[in-house]
Amino acid sequence: MSQVRELETTVEELKHLFSPRAATGETMLLNLGPQHPSTHGVLRLLLELDGEEVVSCIPDVGFLHTGIEKNMEAKTFLKALVMTDRMDYLNNMGNNLTYCLAIEKLCAIEVPERAQVLRVICAELQRIASHLVWLGTSAIDLNASSILIYCFRDRERIMDLFELIGGQRMMTSYIRPGGVWRDVPAEFPAAVESFLDYLPGKLDDYERLLDKNPIYLARTIDIGIVDGDEALAWGMTGPALRGSGVNFDVRRAMPYSGYENFEFEVPLETGCDVYARYRVRMREFRESIKIIRQGLRLLKPGPFITSDRKFAPPPRAELGRSMEAVIHHFKYWTDGFPAPDGEVYAATESPRGELGCLLAGDGGPNPRRVHFRTPSFNTLQVLSWLSRGYLVADLVAIIGSIDIVLGDVDR
Amino acid sequence: MSHLERTISALQERFPHGVLGKAEFRGDITLQIDSASLVAVCRYLRDEPALGYNVLVDIGAVDYSPQEPRFALFYIVYALVQNTRLRLKVLLPGAEPVAPSISGIWPSANWPEREAFDMMGIGFEGHPDLRRILMPADWEGHPHRKDYPLGYEEVQFTFNKREIDARKKYATS
Repeated sequence: MSQVRELETTVEELKHLFSPRAATGETMLLNLGPQHPSTHGVLRLLLELDGEEVVSCIPDVGFLHTGIEKNMEAKTFLKALVMTDRMDYLNNMGNNLTYCLAIEKLCAIEVPERAQVLRVICAELQRIASHLVWLGTSAIDLNASSILIYCFRDRERIMDLFELIGGQRMMTSYIRPGGVWRDVPAEFPAAVESFLDYLPGKLDDYERLLDKNPIYLARTIDIGIVDGDEALAWGMTGPALRGSGVNFDVRRAMPYSGYENFEFEVPLETGCDVYARYRVRMREFRESIKIIRQGLRLLKPGPFITSDRKFAPPPRAELGRSMEAVIHHFKYWTDGFPAPDGEVYAATESPRGELGCLLAGDGGPNPRRVHFRTPSFNTLQVLSWLSRGYLVADLVAIIGSIDIVLGDVDR
Repeated sequence: MSHLERTISALQERFPHGVLGKAEFRGDITLQIDSASLVAVCRYLRDEPALGYNVLVDIGAVDYSPQEPRFALFYIVYALVQNTRLRLKVLLPGAEPVAPSISGIWPSANWPEREAFDMMGIGFEGHPDLRRILMPADWEGHPHRKDYPLGYEEVQFTFNKREIDARKKYATS
């Protein structure tokens, strides 16, 4: 009996989010998710429906909350790095990069040029991989079922590249404070080059599959319209924002890791609908390819991690010869390094938008607080406003178009 | 004079009692704002055409326990056209930390404020929908506070399985 009373208060708490018609039974409340393929993870939506039309939509998140920020406080800066991989599981390298940029800003660590270029290459490969997953899954939501398996086939080649450099397909923790874990093997540039030669033709195929598909066009054009000002007010970033014609890309606005040395275009579309967001991402594929090609040209021999032994381990060869190196090695892996008492914010452009890290040190080797400004969390807010007045089937297209990753939302 | 400098001097002139201090760390400037004038400062930042801070990027809460004031809220605001970022900091006491909600100014403050409420236990006056967001609705405590223990699960082996099992919380019907 007591349990029933508790449930009643929960409904009472949510009453202000529904229209008054819900109380009279005129509209229907429907639960969508959290275990539903179209919600791209464990997103639960509470829908109020008038027939097929969405009157209000209340996202319920937190099913994938794993306490990553809390856990990071209990670890040293370096050991906490592995947790960032597991946040947005389609942007592992980008998460590493954001967190490392925050540490480097907090501790004022210089990053060698080769490491910066390698980071850009990895981040852009990750963007392609993430967009491929998005393309496949958002298209299969709209019943274009053949494309999913093609996209995953191509993504697997990027996973192989990551395995080549980091020993792991996804959770590489390859980008480390001060640089990268180790230098790339000699065959890496050629392997990337061969992938870049392979991809554009495939992208043309996928575009033909969708752009000449009347069902896909009917279900994306003029669906989920949000204009630029609204998108900004709701905290949207990334391709979803650029689909509304707002020229904001962290790589361009606040360059990091040497992005100012690369020539690339920030694709903009003015359609403001699901189709415009699809067009932006399709063009971003080509820009990423362009950036990686430039990166391969810029890749000059040199150190791949900072030579400051406080923030990076000494090379293995030195351990047999130098007592100092042994001490540095031991201190680095046991105590970590202290960071000053202060707060910094570093941001990168993840495949989903601005991924920021607010990092506070307390003078010791552990962070006082790590807070991630994740693009999916901020973009998902708009859904309750964006889906109003559309059909349930369109809602599925809209969820796909804002490209959320629930690991990124819940952390 | 850069847009950031212009913003800071305009704020200091307009809110002599609202802007409590200015700190620079690693090239980023943080303005400390009195929580009573936060809404007015934010509205001025957004509505003044010369400033044009039309985006709220993030709200982050930090627990400085055992220092007092214990909590700090960091607001990162962004002027898109001028490409300028400004960080505001509001200090809150350890007992009953409450800040005014700015979700009426930037709708995107809605979820970040709910997150700070859920994880750090900071209240927001005037928030339209202040509920827990990441933790379940009936959760007790605020996990990101420093005095909230980091939970763990005891590892069960064959020799101590029963002993640990007896202490475990199972759902009872």
